[in-house]
Amino acid sequence: MSPELVFQQALNGLSFGALLFILASGLSLVFGMMDVVNLAHGAFYMLGAYVALSVVQSTGSFWLAMLAAPLALGVLGFVLEPLLLRRLRGRHLDQVLLTIGVSLVIVDVIGQVWGREVRSLAAPAGLDGSVALIGGVYPVYRLFVMAFGVALAAAMAVVYRRTRIGMLIRAGVQDAEMLGALGVNTNRLFASTFATGAALAGLAGVIAAPVFGVQPGMDTDPGLLYSLVVVVVGGLGTLSGAVAGSVLVGPADTFGKVLFQDVALAVIFAIVALVLLLKPTGLLGRIRIAR
Amino acid sequence: MSGPALAVHGLHAYYGESHILQGVDLKVLPGEAVSLIGRNGAGKTTTIAAIAGFVRPRGGSVTISGADLTGAPPHEIARAGVALVPQGRRIFGDLSVGENIAVAARPIPGGWDESRVLELFPVLARRRAVHGDELSGGEQQMLAIARALVRNPTLLLLDEPSEGLAPKLVEQVGEILERLRATGLALLLVEQNLGLATRVGQRVLVMNKGTIVFAGTPAELAAQRDVEARYLGI
Repeated sequence: MSPELVFQQALNGLSFGALLFILASGLSLVFGMMDVVNLAHGAFYMLGAYVALSVVQSTGSFWLAMLAAPLALGVLGFVLEPLLLRRLRGRHLDQVLLTIGVSLVIVDVIGQVWGREVRSLAAPAGLDGSVALIGGVYPVYRLFVMAFGVALAAAMAVVYRRTRIGMLIRAGVQDAEMLGALGVNTNRLFASTFATGAALAGLAGVIAAPVFGVQPGMDTDPGLLYSLVVVVVGGLGTLSGAVAGSVLVGPADTFGKVLFQDVALAVIFAIVALVLLLKPTGLLGRIRIAR
Repeated sequence: MSGPALAVHGLHAYYGESHILQGVDLKVLPGEAVSLIGRNGAGKTTTIAAIAGFVRPRGGSVTISGADLTGAPPHEIARAGVALVPQGRRIFGDLSVGENIAVAARPIPGGWDESRVLELFPVLARRRAVHGDELSGGEQQMLAIARALVRNPTLLLLDEPSEGLAPKLVEQVGEILERLRATGLALLLVEQNLGLATRVGQRVLVMNKGTIVFAGTPAELAAQRDVEARYLGI
């Protein structure tokens, strides 16, 4: 590889990493707070992309789609948690089966409503061009994705460390039951957490659409598959873990696909295996206290 | 507010398939301090868990200041005036001392607030910005009590506050609980430490195999050697 190509792939990798952060942060938050591995997270991501497609088709505004899709997914999450998940609290296998079921329903509804063709969503005006960068041109939109991911991580870090909501999240991730005994309505906290996780998946769906397209199968690849890999590598339930996992998996996947086209996915799973071997809680994961 | 601070009638609770509480009756009057003692596995912690809403009772009732809260979620029980100092302290490790207090605070005029609990526990005032998981066991115990106090409860549940503490710190916990009792706060203290239980409790309940087998004053308990021998293994 020429140095220019390496540089360009590094940017691609970091841009993918930024997208993975947006995608995986919601999964990690829900797991950390509620002890639920939400296997519908990829379907939420997919639904976000399709909602964005419709919003852009009817209003022409990508930015409106960036608001509407997370909002729609947030409402869906806020309804689904008390309606379905709450009944299965603490029953992990049942939760896994339930969220797989939810994802099957969502994917099927998407097929009914939007069809099963491969669709595309153009980057918004102003971000649809390219800029000259060392030895070539580079799509502006991918730089935007990178900047957005960094800004979102920074904003989440401020909320996490400096606000009452962040305080409740940090406390709830460790011991939600105790938080309830101190007067916090954990039912509402869980519904809001699940809604936020779904909204982040929806946001990732909108942002990914101009890069990866909008098509059947996106719920598992990249949706669920990569978000699971990121949180397992980075560590479940922590913000810093989601950052670390994304920054590692994004570039590793990109270079893996360039260097070892035939076995690209194996590169990712080799990383997962290695991390789990050396540090079973993930790079920055917290050890959960069994109770 | 009416009736006892806490009234438990015929409480049955299971842990998985095990029938842990087999008809527990107990009462804590407003401002009264009651100690609950018994061997490991007698059901003391499950009693606390059922009162606090962690375990849903399968029979009987839990009434708090006259309100029936049987099977209610923990936050509703907390909002009815119950605060918990749990077994193992359960301090939020990723929150500072100040945040651990702030997350629980329910301010009322003239009640406990951060500055008042830090006055009660000067050791915490010096470590206000330190994370919960960096505190010593004794400091965590003080913080668990402080965190419960800022709820401004009418009933304080304490589950083995002496556990793992050096004798000097147990002494300090006893002193603080006596002071809290003097403020008119109702206490239900679960303890293995008989000295602390009889010092703080105006009445002592002995639990065995999921029921209350003895109720009386500390003096009455001391007079009944067979109770101690049979149920406490002393």
